[in-house]
Amino acid sequence: MKDHRIFRGKDQVFKTEKSLDLDQFLKASYKKLEIEYPKFHKMDGLCKLGIIASEILFKNHSISSETALVFSNSASSLETDKKHQQGMGGIVSPAVFVYTLPNIVLGEISIKHSLQSENVFFIENQFNSELLTDYAEVLLEANKIPAVVCGWIDLKNAEYDVFLCLISKQGEIPLSNENLKQTYLLENE
Amino acid sequence: MSDLRTELKQSIIEQLNLEELELADIENDEPLFGDGLGLDSIDALELIVMLEKDYGIKLTNPDHGKEIFASIDKMAEYIEVNRTK
Repeated sequence: MKDHRIFRGKDQVFKTEKSLDLDQFLKASYKKLEIEYPKFHKMDGLCKLGIIASEILFKNHSISSETALVFSNSASSLETDKKHQQGMGGIVSPAVFVYTLPNIVLGEISIKHSLQSENVFFIENQFNSELLTDYAEVLLEANKIPAVVCGWIDLKNAEYDVFLCLISKQGEIPLSNENLKQTYLLENE
Repeated sequence: MSDLRTELKQSIIEQLNLEELELADIENDEPLFGDGLGLDSIDALELIVMLEKDYGIKLTNPDHGKEIFASIDKMAEYIEVNRTK
């Protein structure tokens, strides 16, 4: 998901006018995907991006409740942190405060898809395919996890860059640092 | 329907981001939590904040919220008696 466009692999799933702001784009995506999950509207931008991206990724897949989540970004939950800071002059909003951690998106996706699995959120300067590949390999091999969703979900100044990849032994592309990096870079072509 | 009850419904829909609800979807005597609107614990905290911001009512004991936030009717009755603005 980037620049008002959503892809599943090489296929464009949805696109809106670039004049839409982030909230409008997220709401349009929610409607287009017919998600029907009222709690979505209470979430911050990062969680909404995660819910939409996971909805697309999991579509037509039977997802094990043991599917692990290994996410990363560079801006952490900065957008919501700033919103919370702005409210500190008066009475702060509990509904904003609860989203002032980036890993909340992992919880929201887990609740939505009934995942009871390991999850981790890394803060990195940029997309780090080596870190994600290593972590996914350990989970798949050593911990015998059936599948891992790894990726990058960044939101800063209303600009977003979301890339989620479902990794399992049934996958079509072998897991490697280079393959993960190339798949991520496809988004930017 | 009194203006205060309508005002409360509007505030709840806006501040709790209940975007898929309209005023007519909320009954005055309907439970706000549990089987009614299905609000959660964070929503309860938001309602406490709303009471203070909009009506100058500071709830010192959050346990009282269960009674006050039972329904729109109960909220309106409490606000009418205790509001400072």
